[in-house]
Amino acid sequence: MAFVNMKSKEVQAKIVYYGPGRGGKTTNLEYIYSKFRERIKSDMVSIKTHGDRTLFFDFLPFDIGKIMGYDVKVQLYTVPGQVKYDATRRLVLKGVDGMVFVADSQVSQRKKNILSLKNLQENLATYKKSIFKIPLVLQYNKRDLKDVPLLPVQQMDKDMNSQLKVPSFEGSALTGHNVVPTLKKIISQTMASLQNVLK
Amino acid sequence: MDYDDDGISFSEYTIEGEQIDMLDNILDEYVAESCANSAMLIDMAGNIIAQQDNGACEHDLYSLAALASANFAAVDTMAKLVGESEFSLLFHKGESESIHFSKVNSEFLLITIFGKDVTLGLLRLKVADALTKINAIWE
Repeated sequence: MAFVNMKSKEVQAKIVYYGPGRGGKTTNLEYIYSKFRERIKSDMVSIKTHGDRTLFFDFLPFDIGKIMGYDVKVQLYTVPGQVKYDATRRLVLKGVDGMVFVADSQVSQRKKNILSLKNLQENLATYKKSIFKIPLVLQYNKRDLKDVPLLPVQQMDKDMNSQLKVPSFEGSALTGHNVVPTLKKIISQTMASLQNVLK
Repeated sequence: MDYDDDGISFSEYTIEGEQIDMLDNILDEYVAESCANSAMLIDMAGNIIAQQDNGACEHDLYSLAALASANFAAVDTMAKLVGESEFSLLFHKGESESIHFSKVNSEFLLITIFGKDVTLGLLRLKVADALTKINAIWE
């Protein structure tokens, strides 16, 4: 749950990018970091392997200015997508306020998307959180790919969003398409869920 | 969710405005007495609850807090894997800066950054004092 300091009028909220390995979670954060470089005071932190895969998480603190009189700091995290890193993935979810699920649009990745979403549901449950209640936005990433078969958006909706019914975006983390709208959406949903605290 | 007008509110815990002042005072005194460069109280999710330093500390504290909580959680999980309930000493020594971790209770960690002129023994004594004072706030 977000940290709300009523005395210094500051909110720290934690937003985690989740999804299958090589799906574009880190690339989302890298795009945000490059796009808002002048507003982000610190460096992006990445704990990765020699092969450039996320080992633990990426971290990007982001001042989004004042909302309802509070200075809001959003802490963006990614999890490692590879199946074997489930223990560390679960640790990153501690205290999460909002989630972006980055799905891979390639036909070959369909099963991995579904398994990762199910894994998210299970890992949230260990913190007694429901995937149906937490602020969540889906991003169907890699829509820019031309040389490989992509899943139709309707199919991805049916696979992942038929029960959740959360906002979804077709995006490309590499080109930046819909990366910022995804971020804005999850920030507004997360802040809305904190409204009871910030009155 | 309940909270005071000038307090802090969470799902797991609540700190009132007065308690934040007390935490600031304890950390301030702790930094002065231990000659540490910086001390911060963070929660297990990586949020900074209170922070004090000697005025010459220019580290990126938000990133440090995120990494410190993750590091603590990873080490804690490792302890459980080898059959320990926890590892009591968590400390990283550098050439000029070192970092010391102390678990305050199930929700909070005290992170201290200190220079080479501070001995670990003295620091641990001062940490123990500070932990007693911090825990007394919730008694």
